Amino acid sequence: MPTITYRDALNQALKEEMERDPNVFLMGEEVGVYQGAYKVSRGLLDAFGDQRVIDTPITELGFAGVGIGAAMVGLRPVIEFMTWNFALLAIDQIVNSAAKMLYMSGGQIPIPIVFRGPGGAALQLAAQHSQAFDSWYAHIPGLKVVAPATPYDAKGLLKSAIRDDNPVVFLEGEMMYNAKGDVPEGEYTIPLGKADIKLEGSDVTIVCHAKTVAVAQQAARRLAEECGISAEIVDLRSIRPLDTEAIIRSVVKTNRCVVVEEGWPFCGIGAQVVDYIQLHAFDHLDAPVLRVTQEDVPLPYNKRLEKAAKPNSDKVIDAIKQITYLD
Amino acid sequence: MAQTATASVLDTGQADFYRSLLRQMCLIRRFEERAGEAYALGKIGGFCHLYIGQEAVAVGALAALRDDDYVMGSYRDHGHALARGMSAREVMAELYGKVTGCSRGKGGSMHLFSVERQYLGGHAIVAGHIPLVAGAAFAIKYRGEDRVALGFFGEAAVNNGAFHEALNMAAVWKLPAIFVAENNRYGMGTATERASAVYDVATRACSYDMDRDTVDGMDVIATYEATARAVTRAREHRLPTLLEARTYRFMGHSMSDPIHGHYRTREEIDEQKTRDPLHTFSDRLTAVGMMSSEDYQEMERQIAAELDDAVAFADGSAEPDPYELYTDVYVD
Repeated sequence: MPTITYRDALNQALKEEMERDPNVFLMGEEVGVYQGAYKVSRGLLDAFGDQRVIDTPITELGFAGVGIGAAMVGLRPVIEFMTWNFALLAIDQIVNSAAKMLYMSGGQIPIPIVFRGPGGAALQLAAQHSQAFDSWYAHIPGLKVVAPATPYDAKGLLKSAIRDDNPVVFLEGEMMYNAKGDVPEGEYTIPLGKADIKLEGSDVTIVCHAKTVAVAQQAARRLAEECGISAEIVDLRSIRPLDTEAIIRSVVKTNRCVVVEEGWPFCGIGAQVVDYIQLHAFDHLDAPVLRVTQEDVPLPYNKRLEKAAKPNSDKVIDAIKQITYLD
Repeated sequence: MAQTATASVLDTGQADFYRSLLRQMCLIRRFEERAGEAYALGKIGGFCHLYIGQEAVAVGALAALRDDDYVMGSYRDHGHALARGMSAREVMAELYGKVTGCSRGKGGSMHLFSVERQYLGGHAIVAGHIPLVAGAAFAIKYRGEDRVALGFFGEAAVNNGAFHEALNMAAVWKLPAIFVAENNRYGMGTATERASAVYDVATRACSYDMDRDTVDGMDVIATYEATARAVTRAREHRLPTLLEARTYRFMGHSMSDPIHGHYRTREEIDEQKTRDPLHTFSDRLTAVGMMSSEDYQEMERQIAAELDDAVAFADGSAEPDPYELYTDVYVD
């Protein structure tokens, strides 16, 4: 099986879906001539031409709205945001136009669109370029929110997102684009709304998504080696719809849980996951559910401070030691 | 900027067309009066923005389109929907929040939709739908069709970034879009000259090297003709237009707003009413012998009957079932 990067997996998904359906097009800043700010769209302009790979002015609200307007009349746009930080300018369109159109129109106007791009922190990009807005979008009924952790997942989930008839917020990461993984040749898709058990275990459940899956994997390896603790990793893959069954199934098995996410703690994804757990697995818990998040501060530029602000395997291990009473 | 002169001579061969324009304006006027009454009775809730005074804009502009063209509007959308050919029944039922409404009672006054009539919504974030109009026009170009996309918005929307972003893209990509600014002089209670550095809305098009036109929006024929020119540019040459229609709102901003309030005088409104698009046009048709007072009375009688029926239909229709709360959030 070929080993490719997360970037190339996304590229394959775009290429295959554009070949499959002439209504699919890619629009965003630098997606064409420049070949993508992060090279996700490399080669697509040559393959499909400038009618289907469209460079835009730097006008996030505007081109998000153009995409939604095109989706209203039957096209299937993929809108690339250079980063989700810049998409704050477009959030009115994503929330007020894309997410609500089907409902407001009494079911007449679906919005089959994908908004995608990297989110969260990279390295020393400082406060305005280092934000994970996963919970903001997940808050909105009408949106689906997807956050793949591996190249395999990135390809399969993006293909499903493009084929979905609903607006999908697709969260990637600058620091993941170079990550490599096995991606089979040939057609496959991964359903939205289904979590994936990235590691089976028996002592504690780590719920995570996107970048924090690697954090959880590192923590799990060390816990096994250093403490003999067997962690189960539940990768959410989709944040909305949330695969609550998978979460509960795992917690019922392990009786302990830590939720890890890249975003801020207040009203974060973890808060929602914890609510489901207390509601549906209360009697199965042997310890409080703990959360590991970014510290509750804007991300600093200084390398040491930035590192301290991000979730990492040390913090996950500390949390797991607390709830297994090893500390 | 001078406004485009209206057609000075009415074409006798077009008498039926003119009468149909008058009928549509009259239908909108009487519909809005009924809506105002129903609002006062508590039959209609929420925000309700009446179109009285601006009828010639929707009727004139939409008369220049084909049925397969795309149309969007702002939250003051009852007139757009009716002028687009949506029935008084489905629009009134939507205002009543009934399941027989055009948006199944889920949209209300500000969110009228009919895919069948290609009326793609009332949108209620000022300027938010202007990029959507450009998007529909983008889709037309993408598919190589000869449709056009037309969007209505108030003059206050032109100070919003969404307007400029959309017009820039429509111009740089040569999209078949028609942006119709309904200049009724007030963004809610703020007069244009208190909010805009430039009074002439159409001149905003200069920033994008876009064709522009300014028309007397109280004159249905002038509005029709200006829109028809824009349609030709869009359909035949894939060029967008910014069309400013100078009009006036005779009622308050919404039903919760008094007619003149603190921001304008009764005298100003009375003076504007001498430009009443419905009365001036019916007088004009009468003067040239295209309509008699009997014809006018008969038209009013038919419209009253149509609206009696629409109100009875809305009143008698069912509320959405409770399960409808959860439908249409996602496509399954």
